[in-house]
Amino acid sequence: MEELLSTFVRSIFVENMVFAYYLGMCSYLAVSKNVKTALGLGLAVTFVLFCTLPINYMLENYVLKEGALAWMGEQYQSVDLSFLSLIIFVAVIASFVQLVEMVVEKFAPALYSSLGIFLPLIAVNCAILGGSLFMQQKEFANVGVATVYGLGSGIGWLLAIVGIAAIREKLAYSDVPKPLKGLGITFIITGLMGIGFMCFSGLNI
Amino acid sequence: MGLLSNKNKEVLVSPLSKNNPIIIQMLGICSALAVTSKLEPSIVMGISVTAVVAFANVIISLLRNTIPNRIRIIVQLVVVAALVTIVSEVLKAFAYDVNKQLSVFVGLIITNCILMGRLEAFALGNGPWESFLDGIGNGAGYAVILIIVGFFRELFGSGTLLGIQVIPEALYNIGYVNNGLMILPPMALIVVAVIIWVHRARNKELQEN
Repeated sequence: MEELLSTFVRSIFVENMVFAYYLGMCSYLAVSKNVKTALGLGLAVTFVLFCTLPINYMLENYVLKEGALAWMGEQYQSVDLSFLSLIIFVAVIASFVQLVEMVVEKFAPALYSSLGIFLPLIAVNCAILGGSLFMQQKEFANVGVATVYGLGSGIGWLLAIVGIAAIREKLAYSDVPKPLKGLGITFIITGLMGIGFMCFSGLNI
Repeated sequence: MGLLSNKNKEVLVSPLSKNNPIIIQMLGICSALAVTSKLEPSIVMGISVTAVVAFANVIISLLRNTIPNRIRIIVQLVVVAALVTIVSEVLKAFAYDVNKQLSVFVGLIITNCILMGRLEAFALGNGPWESFLDGIGNGAGYAVILIIVGFFRELFGSGTLLGIQVIPEALYNIGYVNNGLMILPPMALIVVAVIIWVHRARNKELQEN
């Protein structure tokens, strides 16, 4: 229980996908012009992370890792399929994104049209593949921790994109030097938010 | 049409500045920021991405008339994933230390938006040779920004370049201190923002309103 809680808090604040690893920056910059769309995309990303991490964790530990196929019998003991992990992870993520896309199109058509191309592009959102790759690197103890890690990273990403969207809405009224307008100032604000988030790095539960 | 006609030269050169993938097209920002705390990984990353973009562009461009439109994203992902797997195995074999520093970011080349962006925008509509040039051009444009950011962050953050001490000892003796903030993640964003600032101040037509 303690481990779950600490993984959850760490993945939201300390190892925030955006501020500590800059994952998912492309959609983060492009869809953060207003809070409502940002919230929609954030929720979609959180959902996909939450679902794909346990699946990829299972695949990693029962199919791909060296010796992971041992449950099938002696002769598979030494099989190492880890070079396939990138392709398999991407396939799982792409199919989930397809699912989310269909659900959003059916139940929230307004959100669907405002997200536009960025909804299918969740498939290539680095935050999601990054979640799976970090999961592989961190070697979590069980599938529960991996799921909580997915949920936490998703919420961290959601926080970041909603935060920057809110700031950018206000930014429309401020006088920014001309060459910095748009992209430049967004970068600087993200950097400052990142410095803010660094104060969580001493956090220990 | 020669191998390097004017149009082809434009394809090759424009991503270096006027149409730079990172600071203008906003593609591939994630990895650009994360690996640049030192110069060496920045260079390796730049080269890896250039290789993957160039070859993925060629392959997709050769296949462009046979891929059904509906499943093209999956086809592109598979081609890219296969190429990235090759790059990652090569790095593991010949540059193990750098591979350790880059950690998950080699795998994340797959989701680097430069790849999908260029495949969608260019390779699907152009021949293999132009696509190859486009890939090299965009990869180089990406590498240039990475190298600039990596250069400044390593110089000011640790006083070294490629691991060799550049800032003389004497300077430290009279009280110069490395700026530890430069190595931390948020400064990468601010360095890129400064590059954008300088670039747009010089190219007025790129400014946003």
